[in-house]
Amino acid sequence: MSEPLLDVRDLVVRYGPVTAVDHVSFALEAGETLALDGPSGCGKSSTALAVLLLRRPDGGEVRFEGRELTGLPERELRPLRPRMQPVLQDPYGSLSPRRRIRDAVAEPLKVRGRWDPGRGPARVAELLERVGLDRSYGDRRPHELSGGQCQRAGIARALACEPRLLVLDEPVSALDASVRAGVLNLLADLQDELGLGYLFICHDRAVVRHFADRVVELREGRVTSEWRPRSPGAALR
Amino acid sequence: MRGLSFDLHPGEVLGIVGESGAGKSLTARALLGMVPRGAVTGGTVVLRGSADPAAERGRRIGLVPQDALSALSPVHPVGDQLAAAVRSVRRVSRREAAARAVAALERVGIPDAARRARAYPHEYSGGMRQRAVIAMATVNEPDVVVADEPTTALDEERREQVLRVLTEQREAVGAALVLVTHDLDAVRRHADRVLVMYAGRAAELGAAGRVLDRPRAPYTAGLLASLPRPDGPPRRRLPALPGSPPAPGALGAGCAFAPRCPLAVPACRAHEPEPRPLDGRLVACHRAADVPDPIREFL
Ligand SMILES: Nc1ncnc2c1ncn2[C@@H]1O[C@H](COP(=O)(O)OP(=O)(O)O)[C@@H](O)[C@H]1O
Ligand code: SF4
Ligand SMILES: [Mg+2]
Repeated sequence: MSEPLLDVRDLVVRYGPVTAVDHVSFALEAGETLALDGPSGCGKSSTALAVLLLRRPDGGEVRFEGRELTGLPERELRPLRPRMQPVLQDPYGSLSPRRRIRDAVAEPLKVRGRWDPGRGPARVAELLERVGLDRSYGDRRPHELSGGQCQRAGIARALACEPRLLVLDEPVSALDASVRAGVLNLLADLQDELGLGYLFICHDRAVVRHFADRVVELREGRVTSEWRPRSPGAALR
Repeated sequence: MRGLSFDLHPGEVLGIVGESGAGKSLTARALLGMVPRGAVTGGTVVLRGSADPAAERGRRIGLVPQDALSALSPVHPVGDQLAAAVRSVRRVSRREAAARAVAALERVGIPDAARRARAYPHEYSGGMRQRAVIAMATVNEPDVVVADEPTTALDEERREQVLRVLTEQREAVGAALVLVTHDLDAVRRHADRVLVMYAGRAAELGAAGRVLDRPRAPYTAGLLASLPRPDGPPRRRLPALPGSPPAPGALGAGCAFAPRCPLAVPACRAHEPEPRPLDGRLVACHRAADVPDPIREFL
């Protein structure tokens, strides 16, 4: 058996006396979508932050591409961070309001010293077109885009550094039905093409049912069940 | 918003749906006279028996905004804010106002209301805060409650709970409700009529069940066809309308939906369709009679 892309074991996140994530374990393969479902406050976003090591977990392990991350100092995490990227719910909040879209997409490359002034602009245009935005949108600022277009720009930015894992925290919850379907289809295309693993946080049961390969249900910080929407018998749920 | 007309009957629930930017919130706010500074306005809002609906805000019209925090002051206990709302329209003693505030919190299902009335908004959970705002919007028994995406920020369980409280309170005080939402299920379950907006105009207006079961505007049909179905086999790719809504100010001649409409013909790009009666509702579409049924086959 090869290593899973992401293997989370006994993850614990505490905020003072409150245990938000209480010994949560799951594994995710490349090319697979694992959904975290549950009511608000059940620990979905805390799990996401801990998996991304944006918040140090208070216990447990996060193994990503075979490496245990929780024990690594920031200096050793830094080169790994581009390989696991967040995509957040509020499409406007995740892009800086004053910065043009093309600069927002280029930024992750620039901060990692991977910006090539010769080929960079073409790479940004290619990323925008890959997410279904005409390259002319690069000149606009977030408020000049619709919610769905903003979310697409956020995805382009997350793809800039060629990640293996996207941690999507309610990526379509703020979008209207007709726009939401388009963004979900884009995510499905990108996954098929690039073999990305998705940790997909979503509390819309109908969306989860169509989009996820596996669903982990959380309640008060604990895993209460796990199911496969596409398996026979799942229709009974 | 461009030339939008509709009416609201006493005690009726009217759902307003459409993509973000379609003008739903502006419509809701215009009912309360709360248009953004600098907006160019035309047209009128008439509230029966009142010369100026904007002056009735808080009394005959109550507002439940999307973001409950913005409706509550962070520096006063929730009960005090409710009591102040009561005293702004009724000459009652402080003690009486405070008692009404606690009763209002009880009605929306806040547990241990007498104690919670002394707590501040940040001490409430998201769902409780939204219920407190509903208490605020209904405490003076208004004729109209306007709720702008009251559940968008909540998860599914709390969403249903808040909708139930909202419709119960509306019924208890006999108010009409304008429910702005992108939750079509909520409209189906709770609204009498639905107004479907696209690019600042009415695409379709009629009885909620009728419109959602058998849409006659291509935009309504596309919206419904792109909903993930809760039954049937899961499919990874959902039917989706191509493109995105027009940017405000970028509207050309003709139907605003034409660039995305599977039924568009050259005439659509020349003349903007006006709302016309068809099949028991109003529809703004040159080809309303050609929208297929069932809608699943639309996209
Ligand atoms: N304060 C404002 N200043 C300028 N434009 C605004 C303002 N509020 C809303 N708009 C514009 O009006 C249109 C309708 O907005 P809104 O009513 O918020 O739509 P919805 O509620 O359907 O999402 C949008 O194009 C939006 O950008
Ligand atoms: S008028 Fe034409 S473009 Fe507009 S919705 Fe109807 S068929 Fe489509
Ligand atoms: Mg709105």
